[in-house]
Amino acid sequence: MKTPIQLRLNGEEVAAFADDGANLLDVLRESFGDLTVKGGCWQGTCGTCTVLVGGNPRLSCVTLAESCSGNSVETVAGLRRGADLHPLQSAFMEHFAAQCGYCTPGMLMAAKALLDRNPNPTREDVVDAICGNICRCTGYEPIIAAILDAARKGARRSA
Amino acid sequence: MAKHRGRGVATINYPIGMNLGGDPSQALVHSNPTGKFTVSLSSIDLGQGMKSVTRQICAETLGVPIEDVYVDTADSDTGPHCMGSFASRGTHRVGNAVMAAAREARGVMMEAAAEELEVDPGDLETDGRGAIHVKGAPHRSISVRDVAIAAQFRQGKTISGRGIFLVPLSDVDPETGEMSPATCYAHACQIVDVEVDDETGDVTVLKMTSAYELGRAINPKLVEQQLVGGSWMGMSHALYETPEPYYPDTREGPRDFNEYLMPGPGDICPHDIIVLERPAADGPFGAKGPGEMCANPSLPAIANAIFNAVGVRIDELPITPERVLRALRERGRSVAASRAW
Ligand code: FES
Ligand code: FES
Repeated sequence: MKTPIQLRLNGEEVAAFADDGANLLDVLRESFGDLTVKGGCWQGTCGTCTVLVGGNPRLSCVTLAESCSGNSVETVAGLRRGADLHPLQSAFMEHFAAQCGYCTPGMLMAAKALLDRNPNPTREDVVDAICGNICRCTGYEPIIAAILDAARKGARRSA
Repeated sequence: MAKHRGRGVATINYPIGMNLGGDPSQALVHSNPTGKFTVSLSSIDLGQGMKSVTRQICAETLGVPIEDVYVDTADSDTGPHCMGSFASRGTHRVGNAVMAAAREARGVMMEAAAEELEVDPGDLETDGRGAIHVKGAPHRSISVRDVAIAAQFRQGKTISGRGIFLVPLSDVDPETGEMSPATCYAHACQIVDVEVDDETGDVTVLKMTSAYELGRAINPKLVEQQLVGGSWMGMSHALYETPEPYYPDTREGPRDFNEYLMPGPGDICPHDIIVLERPAADGPFGAKGPGEMCANPSLPAIANAIFNAVGVRIDELPITPERVLRALRERGRSVAASRAW
């Protein structure tokens, strides 16, 4: 059986038929062709598949795609505005917050969820926001520094 | 029941490349007709930055802007041979191969430019911004792009170069065991401060302080990135990670990230690092490279810090709370036994 799935994916209305019980990760990649969403463990333990559903961070590998129908979904593909990188993306580059890059999409989305609801996070807030995301390469410090820096710059811009 | 602080130190003398040598890497460099250069390698960049570093080495050797160099590591079936990204050999071995290939390509590029400008190649120099001119007469100049076009369509030359770097396999003297394990060594010293809870066995790493000497740092930000990430991995190996906690019994091994533990972003500590650069005579621009050494000092330094904190010498990794408690209990017994004597 197939189930209709309709989402607002990075601001755009999209629809597809997906297998019953399909997870959001597979539907985003296979039905909607959004390959910025990565799978690591497919069991909810690594965080690399993090996307925002209705503005909240969700592990797309353990989220039933059907349950998101009618909702908004944000992925890394929607972060940049034309040629302009999102402040988080620029900060990740400036702080060398990626090595192999496998954790990066999940880190960016977990960070975006944080900054969207708390533009002035403390270091503890940042640690808390990414503590479900595993990074094998960076030792986390450059990622934490990048998120704090993006927050500072974002705050300055809107001030 | 209390928390105890301790400090441990470890130092490292780290050989660059495969022990005893015999581990060649090759590189090919060629220009296309627009004056952009491609470096072909089979060496793998797994995030450590090898593509960035070889790109810098190639651009610097050719004398062209870094934007004009592309490093292609796409396919180890069709690319020039490389022994691999291991043994901290990438920057040193592959970097040297790229340097040799870029030097040869530069030779052809300068000859082609000389032919166009009707001068001797020895009188030419690159400006690093995409032009070649006569020394002392910058107005007598030609762009690398025009040289590439001329070489391709008028002179019938390929601006290309081959490079290989090999530290020949060292003999081992059967009588004395004398050998030459490596041509250059990197060095490190790390100090780790920990806190050990003698009730729970938990070890908290409070601070790391390190000095690394790894030859010329070709890309200082990438070096720092390696050292920060590597020390996290060292701490992870020391205190958390194990495929087989009751080695060699595999039955209790972890199956996934719920059971295979690693320190999270809340478990890291401040880390002061200084990098010392003592160029290696046989390194590309003097580089040795950070590599595996980034993770290595943290394991003995943490074990030493635990000994300093609570007086138990744990020689099995990882040093889990369970092992700390067992060791403390064991020591308690032997102290009691020695009192009974
Ligand atoms: S792939 Fe979803 S948490 Fe690992
Ligand atoms: S950069 Fe490799 S896992 Fe985070």
